[in-house]
Amino acid sequence: MIPGSFEYFAPTSVDEALALLKKNGEDAKLLAGGHSLIPTMKLRLAEPEVIVDLNRIGDLKGISESGGTLIIGGLTTHYELETSDLAHQKIPLLPQTAAQIGDVQVRNKGTIGGSLAHADPAADWPAAVLALDAEIKAVGQDGERLIEAADFFEDLYTTALEPDEILTEIHIPIPGENSNGTYLKLPQIASGFALTGVAVLLTQIENVCQNLAVAVTGVSNVPYRAASVESDLRGKVLSAENIAAAAEKAVDGVDDVLEDIHASEAYRRNLAKVYTCRAIESAAV
Amino acid sequence: MATLAGPSRLVGAPIKRREDPRLIQGLSHYVDDIKLVNTLHCTFLRSDYAHAEIKNIYTEAAKNLPGVVTVITGEDIQEKIGSVPCAAEIDGLKIPDHPVLAVGRVRFVGEPVAAVVATDPYIARDALDLIEIEFRELPVVVDMDKAIEPDSPVIYEEFGDNIAFTMPLDAGDVDTAFAEADHVISHRLVNQRLIPIAMEPRGVLAEYLRGEGTLTVRSSTQIPHHLKTFLSILLDFPEQRVRVIAPEVGGAFGSKLNVYAEEAVVAYLAIQLGKPVKWIEKRGENFTSTIHGRDQINYVEIAVNNDGTITGLRAKLLANMGAYYQLLTPIIPVLTYLMIPGAYKIPNIKLELIGVLTNKMATDAYRGAGRPEATYIIERMIDLAAQKLGMDPKIIRFKNFPQPEEFPFEIPTGIVYDSGNYQDTFDKALGMIDYDDLRGQQAERRKRGEYVGIGICTYAEISGFGPSIGVAGGGWESSTVRIERTGKVTVLTGVSPHGQGQETSFAQIIADELGVDIDDIAVIHGDTGRQPQGIGTFGSRATPVGGTAMLVAGRQVKDKMAKLTAHLLEANPDDLVFEDGKIFVQGSPAQAVEFATVAAEAHNAASLPPEIEPGLEATHFFEPEKFTNPFGAHIAIVEVDPATGEIDIERYIAVDDIGHIINPLLVTGQVHGGIAQGLGQALYEGAVYDENGQLLTGSLMDYAVPKATQVPHVENDYTVTPSPANPMGVKGVGETGTIASTACVVNAVVDALSPLGVKDIEMPLTPNRVWQVIQDAKKGVNAL
Repeated sequence: MIPGSFEYFAPTSVDEALALLKKNGEDAKLLAGGHSLIPTMKLRLAEPEVIVDLNRIGDLKGISESGGTLIIGGLTTHYELETSDLAHQKIPLLPQTAAQIGDVQVRNKGTIGGSLAHADPAADWPAAVLALDAEIKAVGQDGERLIEAADFFEDLYTTALEPDEILTEIHIPIPGENSNGTYLKLPQIASGFALTGVAVLLTQIENVCQNLAVAVTGVSNVPYRAASVESDLRGKVLSAENIAAAAEKAVDGVDDVLEDIHASEAYRRNLAKVYTCRAIESAAV
Repeated sequence: MATLAGPSRLVGAPIKRREDPRLIQGLSHYVDDIKLVNTLHCTFLRSDYAHAEIKNIYTEAAKNLPGVVTVITGEDIQEKIGSVPCAAEIDGLKIPDHPVLAVGRVRFVGEPVAAVVATDPYIARDALDLIEIEFRELPVVVDMDKAIEPDSPVIYEEFGDNIAFTMPLDAGDVDTAFAEADHVISHRLVNQRLIPIAMEPRGVLAEYLRGEGTLTVRSSTQIPHHLKTFLSILLDFPEQRVRVIAPEVGGAFGSKLNVYAEEAVVAYLAIQLGKPVKWIEKRGENFTSTIHGRDQINYVEIAVNNDGTITGLRAKLLANMGAYYQLLTPIIPVLTYLMIPGAYKIPNIKLELIGVLTNKMATDAYRGAGRPEATYIIERMIDLAAQKLGMDPKIIRFKNFPQPEEFPFEIPTGIVYDSGNYQDTFDKALGMIDYDDLRGQQAERRKRGEYVGIGICTYAEISGFGPSIGVAGGGWESSTVRIERTGKVTVLTGVSPHGQGQETSFAQIIADELGVDIDDIAVIHGDTGRQPQGIGTFGSRATPVGGTAMLVAGRQVKDKMAKLTAHLLEANPDDLVFEDGKIFVQGSPAQAVEFATVAAEAHNAASLPPEIEPGLEATHFFEPEKFTNPFGAHIAIVEVDPATGEIDIERYIAVDDIGHIINPLLVTGQVHGGIAQGLGQALYEGAVYDENGQLLTGSLMDYAVPKATQVPHVENDYTVTPSPANPMGVKGVGETGTIASTACVVNAVVDALSPLGVKDIEMPLTPNRVWQVIQDAKKGVNAL
């Protein structure tokens, strides 16, 4: 497969990249790991005239801790998150999610920032960042801002990022004691994307749910927090019955459940409930 | 029947593949790795419509793009390139013309409409966007059941309907068998359309030398010799000046057992332009425009008595041809028709096979080619019969096997199975899992609410294609064995391995035969310029047919060497032993003469006796008298997650009987690969076209082939019932796994869900589909 012709830039700083975005406007596309952009270019579904390759901007890579927050550079690969000691230590849900993305080749090249900015409705990271109440840092010509994960995903492949902004970091508050996270997914067998993926962050004391975040990807046009499940279980004993009853609400209020050749709407609704139940059970152990 | 001659040192040994170091290191040369100077690059514009009239094609803008050398359409070359060939000969077969580029009408999505040649592949691709075509859409035919209805739109008006051919069979007294049977079980079974997905897509590089008048075509093909002949016919080019080379071929599975439009067009362009022209298929083209497999709807009835005896089988088989025929398209379902009784004695059979034209890519040979479909039909039906009778599926199988002493065993469709002992093979497989104990465990686990299933498939296959009377274009094979002047051995074979490993297994055979080191043997294939005659690799034929041709040629050379050595040693040729690179009189190894010395004598020729001609080379054409018939028993144990429909294959057992085994490592690799592809059909794969004839599963993001992590550990073993069809007693192993595993896994999943009343699930058994079947069963649907 052969893409259309394009101009290629490899800036070494965010400022330089921003200048290129400003200059080229809608004609420019940012290249991170390339695992979404390159295939669409090869099929000529996308024919950007300018490619701004972010890979030489060192500032965009790496994982660090600052004041109770994990700061992840947008260009950090799935593999780096999968194998990061810091991530394992502070937020095990991150490496657990990373390990379930695509395959080895995808994880070696694909990046968390690229995945979030692309906003595929069946991507894995959106569930994790939603459940973890992450903030996404966007830098533009006029400065930078932090976007809450809950406000970030707007529609299919559409985020709160402005066209001239670059996603530079993901800020994730490190969960407190007694918290446990789980990500469970059923992959679409061909692509590896989630038919349904559920990320859970559960805080419990003596088997009672203190706080719960449940985020679901693959089911709707946008990943969402299953608020009814969360409120139903909060304050309750984490018994199998209570968890199952709460998980029944995993698609409450979701009226745009996806349907395609891989899974029917009814099946996705079922998966959301089953995987929510299993993810909470797993986190509750 | 004699088996392998001489002391077997290498035959039967698990020699590692000699091909692998170059493959693993990326040192192989596939078509695209071959670079010729001044090569031009070809790309094809393909139809986005499944059925449409071509009103106009505007190519001027594309032609004017700098770097574009030429653009051709169907009208430009319809008088110059013949139609894509089909070798089928079936009574009453309607054969549509199949132009290499569409003329006036397109009939499937992906049909080539125009070809662009440019100085580099990027320009060629850009030029495609500059070609404009005005189409007028026509009604699309995609569904076989509807396509054969009288009110269906027709794809070829001149045919009057979409029925390509009808092939009946009426053997025994079927009506009486059904009238008298205790039970009749009827079912509709679908063998869904599959896409072969060879790792290497197709590719062609053609070079024409004006001065010499020679055409050399490198193509990723399984049949270089047939391709040579067909190219000469299609291009009206003298065959004696055509050479076809199949370089390293990265898998095919039947999809390159063909002559494709692109091969003819690229060769034509190279002749016209006087420069090498290359075309490399893109993965998307491989999905839409390389042959597909399977795609049958089977309406089947069997008559069975209370004791489990199957007395009759009736079936209507609808086989999807696609919109045009490729080389063997109509023949493939005939194999289903011939093999439908499988491993069982079913005396009364009535069949109607109907080939159906639709607006889809042509079907053709895909690993197993007609036999997985037949096996699926009979193995599902026998399980349905067992379920109906409340009989263990093991018992009903034993009940209907032919006895070992009945071989050669003729089935009512006319096929004569060469040799078999189905009971022992099945017993071995059952023993490997302690079947009766396993059924006990299953009952226990069911009490705990687990959905555990045990699936069996006891199959019989037809392979070793084959006697020429049963293979279009000939079923023989040819080989030349040459001892070089230095004593090294060159083996030339007409088969065309593309992953099977005959560079290793054939060398093992010849090393034993001539008593030389395996490293002194080169096995050359895939080049009509070096091995002038051959048929190719398909239908699990390479070793039983091609290996035999080579063995006989090797023995002829050996005989000549023995005569010459006898002359040198003043001995009797019958007393000579070939061993470790030496030749000596039995019992006198100290007086040995070096193999290489005899080779040099034969070539120096100064001291040859008059009755011995110079040189050491022999060519043999082997015509097999009959097909071979592998068989075996596979057993799968699965657990189904009732909440999600996910399937876990806990164990997979395969016991195959392929006659004698040359190299157990290669054979087991073939078994594993075959099982993986069969599981693909059972669980993951299915080409889905929408009602407009658009292929919805047109990429690897939507079409799932099994990956390493999704294939279970296979516990496999063999029984050995030699084939009487060739001197090595080999049967062929390339397709056993694909033939057995599909039905085996589906039987297991249905068994797992049988407590819910589930009798069948349509393939592929995706989690969604399994879950839906469970929901329906709970509501009382799907109780047959």
